[in-house]
Amino acid sequence: MQQIQLGAIDYVVLGVYFAFVLGIGFWLKRFMKTSTDFFLSGRSIPAWIAGLAFISANLGAQEVIGMAASGAKYGIMTSHFYWVGAIPAMVFVGIFMMPFYYGSKARSVPEYLKLRFDEKTRAFNAVSFAVMTVFSSGISMHVLAKLLEQILGFNYNLCILVSAAIVLAYIFMGGLTSAIYNEVLQFFLIVLGFLPLVFLGLKSVGGWEGLVRKLSVVAVSPDNPAGKTFSAGAWTQSWANMNSSAANPMGVEWFGMVMGLGFVLSFGYWCTDFLVVQRAMAADSMSAARRTPLIAAIPKMLFPALVILPGMIAIALQHQTGNFLPKDSNGSVDYNMTVPVMLAKFLPSGILGVGITALMASFMSGMAGNVTAFNTVWTYDIYQSYIRPGQPDRHYLRMGHIITIVGILFSIACAYAARSFDNIMDMLQLVFGFVNAPLFATFLLGMFWRRATGHGAFFGLLGGTLAATLHHGLTLPAGAAAGIKGGWLAALVAGNVLHTYPVEMAQNFWAAIYAWTTCFVTTIVISLLTRQKRTVDQLRGLVYSLTPRIKDDKTLRWYQQPVTLGIIVLAAAVVLNIIFW
Amino acid sequence: MKLDIRLPIGLIFILIGAIIAIYGLTSNPEIYKRSLDININLWWGIVMFLFGVFMLLLAWRASRRSA
Repeated sequence: MQQIQLGAIDYVVLGVYFAFVLGIGFWLKRFMKTSTDFFLSGRSIPAWIAGLAFISANLGAQEVIGMAASGAKYGIMTSHFYWVGAIPAMVFVGIFMMPFYYGSKARSVPEYLKLRFDEKTRAFNAVSFAVMTVFSSGISMHVLAKLLEQILGFNYNLCILVSAAIVLAYIFMGGLTSAIYNEVLQFFLIVLGFLPLVFLGLKSVGGWEGLVRKLSVVAVSPDNPAGKTFSAGAWTQSWANMNSSAANPMGVEWFGMVMGLGFVLSFGYWCTDFLVVQRAMAADSMSAARRTPLIAAIPKMLFPALVILPGMIAIALQHQTGNFLPKDSNGSVDYNMTVPVMLAKFLPSGILGVGITALMASFMSGMAGNVTAFNTVWTYDIYQSYIRPGQPDRHYLRMGHIITIVGILFSIACAYAARSFDNIMDMLQLVFGFVNAPLFATFLLGMFWRRATGHGAFFGLLGGTLAATLHHGLTLPAGAAAGIKGGWLAALVAGNVLHTYPVEMAQNFWAAIYAWTTCFVTTIVISLLTRQKRTVDQLRGLVYSLTPRIKDDKTLRWYQQPVTLGIIVLAAAVVLNIIFW
Repeated sequence: MKLDIRLPIGLIFILIGAIIAIYGLTSNPEIYKRSLDININLWWGIVMFLFGVFMLLLAWRASRRSA
């Protein structure tokens, strides 16, 4: 595509942003006295800050770029990733799970697993999580550098270096507090930076009504991203075409979507991923910790307007002009360029700098989230547990500083690996998917069934991972060859795959369903066959039936009570689903 | 709290908002063809500036209450 020219004014805006990000880290430096300050913000963060950081850490560059691309390819059905695939799980983690995470005083998610189950379950989770976070931060670094190279003509190496140095500097100085504060700052930058784009884009297609009219033309034309005709509302109705996977551009039916995405994948991510849970653990009280994901759910619910809508506008314009979006090296439309193209098309110099800053902010917050989660899990769950236990706190604080540098260096290495070998990254993400899919079953049983044992949890996780691997090896999405997309086991043994899914997404959803079910059943069976080694006293505060109910905090107003807030959030998500049905 | 985060947020938006709005007043109107002939720099600069002021007000109110 044609490159965007930044003016001096745009660089000024970028400069202001960098100065503030570093300034916050510098300011917080003097408060980092203990390892708890560094890794857990001394458990002193108010609910609204933790909530906005919670959502900002999740909002990586991949989300902004990827959700806009999905908005173009699948239309408003992409909102299922928010209103089905996020909100219910966020309410669940806040109301039902946070009492155990926060109340147990565990410093990380793996540490909870150790308290509730045993060492091996914790080690399995800690190691896989640590490796995964380093790779994710490396991948987002790579994605951003590639994007800036492509659209602004920046030097790839320089982009990697500068972004790594900035994230390193502010985490090194201010630890998790600095990451959280910057995430809040970045949250507002992302929202205020992308809003003018949405406003101008919507205005140019004649408002929401105009967009619906234009997208109905896209839906009935075989010349759309899916390459076949649908009913007129396919791009603007989120549920109406979900009876069969052939009737909508996403290629999924409602059951696979609700169970696979809405239940297994979404609860697995929001309820067990330390990257987000860490923000809630840093909150200053139990009620603040519980409100953290609920407060986060409010902006999360509205993000489709910010990230999916630009994609929908772009596809309407693409259909009108035929060359709005650029083509990639294979000659097919490159949907990942949706946001950059929209920025270039609608924003003049000045506000363009704010838009580019928002893009960078989304990337930095995602990367910093990974790095802070990584350094905590490494220091507490791997280093302190298995390498050097029993050292004074100062020792672990220093380790935190060192591992932050090491983590960033590893991320840089991963970014370059991603640049050279596309397939390696696909494969790694695949493997992490196998490890993560069953996780929620382990937590669900751990928190709500006191009989679940360490052996049960560990072998349940292994079984679930194995089930996801087998499923992948035996099935394929339509039109794909055996290999990284699946079917490799079938190709090796019998020749024919057991099942062919219409699209890759459906394959992922069903893999998650099988993995979760296998883990759930295996954990129950093995728990019943093994002895519970944890005593009732040890399980107090970790399991629902042995934990005293939390009384309402009388100092809070009615709408600040976690349960009330959770119900309001859920009701709002239902209303949004109905409006865009 | 050690540092009220609303303080730096307020400051950065006041600064960026003011820069963008002033640029909107002085820049060549030609460049606003892209933004559908709306001087988006001026208007959005003002919005960001006001948001920054609002954040500072919240921070100021909070500091008075705790003092």
